[in-house]
Amino acid sequence: MREHFGIPRTLTDWIPSGTRDVLPDEMRELRALTDRLRQVFERAGYGEVYTPALEYESPLAPNQDHPEWTGPRPAYRVFDEHGNVLALRSDMTIPIARLAATRYRDVDPPLRFCYFAHAYRRVRPQRGQSRELLQAGIELIGAGTPEGTAEVLTVLCDALDATGLRTYRVGLGDASLYPGLLEAASVDSETRERILADLVAGDFVGLERALYALELQPDERSLLLGVARTRGGPQVLEGHSGALDAALQGLRAVHGLLPAQAAERIIFDLGLVRSLGYYTGAVFQIYDPAHGVPIGQGGRYDQLLARFGRPLAAVGFALGVERVHIALAGEERGLGTWSPE
Amino acid sequence: MTELMVAVPRGTLFAGSLDLLDSLGLDTDAVRSNERKLLFLEVGIVTMRPSDVPTYVEAGAADIGITGKDVLMEQSEREVYELADLGFGHCRMVFATTAGEDRATEALRRLGVMRVATKYPRVAANHFRRTARQAEIVEVKGSVELAPLTGLVEGIVDLTATGTTLRENGLTIREEIAVCTARLIANPVAHRLKAKPIDALLEQIDAL
Repeated sequence: MREHFGIPRTLTDWIPSGTRDVLPDEMRELRALTDRLRQVFERAGYGEVYTPALEYESPLAPNQDHPEWTGPRPAYRVFDEHGNVLALRSDMTIPIARLAATRYRDVDPPLRFCYFAHAYRRVRPQRGQSRELLQAGIELIGAGTPEGTAEVLTVLCDALDATGLRTYRVGLGDASLYPGLLEAASVDSETRERILADLVAGDFVGLERALYALELQPDERSLLLGVARTRGGPQVLEGHSGALDAALQGLRAVHGLLPAQAAERIIFDLGLVRSLGYYTGAVFQIYDPAHGVPIGQGGRYDQLLARFGRPLAAVGFALGVERVHIALAGEERGLGTWSPE
Repeated sequence: MTELMVAVPRGTLFAGSLDLLDSLGLDTDAVRSNERKLLFLEVGIVTMRPSDVPTYVEAGAADIGITGKDVLMEQSEREVYELADLGFGHCRMVFATTAGEDRATEALRRLGVMRVATKYPRVAANHFRRTARQAEIVEVKGSVELAPLTGLVEGIVDLTATGTTLRENGLTIREEIAVCTARLIANPVAHRLKAKPIDALLEQIDAL
């Protein structure tokens, strides 16, 4: 707190940067938005849960030996009165995985949960980013693919339709696809990680240079370059052969199970890779042309529940409620619809 | 192409950018003939200083943009996709000191730290961190060459095309940090939602 003779100089100096108060006009709109989402989630059989904002740090912290247990890095830690390290949760997926593996230990899957809760993230200085994000999402635990993945994508599209967003799209890829292709081309694990980092960052120039620096067969190289950039309708899943074709079978199967109103929203994105360690298979990102950043994300995390002693396949998504709200306001103003006429 | 809003950098990359857009079939006459106007909605061009291009593209106010690798290195936290090396605007990011005795190395040896002026504080800090040297970074906005001549600093990190300005100011290049060219960048959301026009553009660029 920046103080001047004991009195903060401006009103917002009373609260940490990256946090904010929500006043009635915005609160009413946010509440209307979350009510609509909750209705869709509940109707689909996803019961709302709440977990503590503070957890022990260890299940939330990055785990070098088990990247498949790793979510967003927690940014805020405190000691409790016994010296235990607690952390503010950085997402809801790990807490709900814990909840499902412990509180529902003896209940037969599938388990369906939804949540509306704040997650806490680090921010970059001077960028006006939020430390506290309101997330709305669902987790489907104990359901494999393609059925479970298709169910979650269907609920996702129903929920976005219910918010009133008209032009959203869902990017769908497979986190294991590109690493698998690199492995099949005998790229060593260190180089693989570097190339995947380029792909996550969208550095296609760096990716191309890294691939040219490797001793690859020309057809392997053009496959890796091409797949990284392949995104579009269901036609991009066709016309491949060999291992890639087999890997795409999973995405085709998911697509085949989607109702038309969800299927038409999907953009297949073969270069979409895991942005979080725990994603194992299908991954998705939600876009709206009225907002320059993704408004939500999700995917399969089939290895995470094992962390808590109950290995179950699972899939879910989280929407950034504030971002959905910004996209709705942007659509109202006609943003993202510019054309040169 | 017509479906895309392009952020075009004014300054040294301006002419090269407009030539490129011309060869891609865009009509840039209005942009060339109008120094003061910034926004050309009819052709989908918005002009700005190069360091603002990643800002507009990250927020989605422009779908794609052209800017220097130097800008992207300095603003590495911007969430924009780097689609292509456009080849023009070739420059080098260098560490330079006054010619003759290397004052920076002497400062490092005797004082434990050297002072370095730059418009690229993050690029400079990363370079000296990577090479394990203690450097105090002094950020300046104007002519960096002035800083070592007045004794403000022992060295500079700056972008140079031919090295002429450095030489004329009695400076000599000690290290090359990176080679920088113009890059085509895209907003990550536009990269998915406008995949077709973006890919068509990349194909045209590849074929040039």
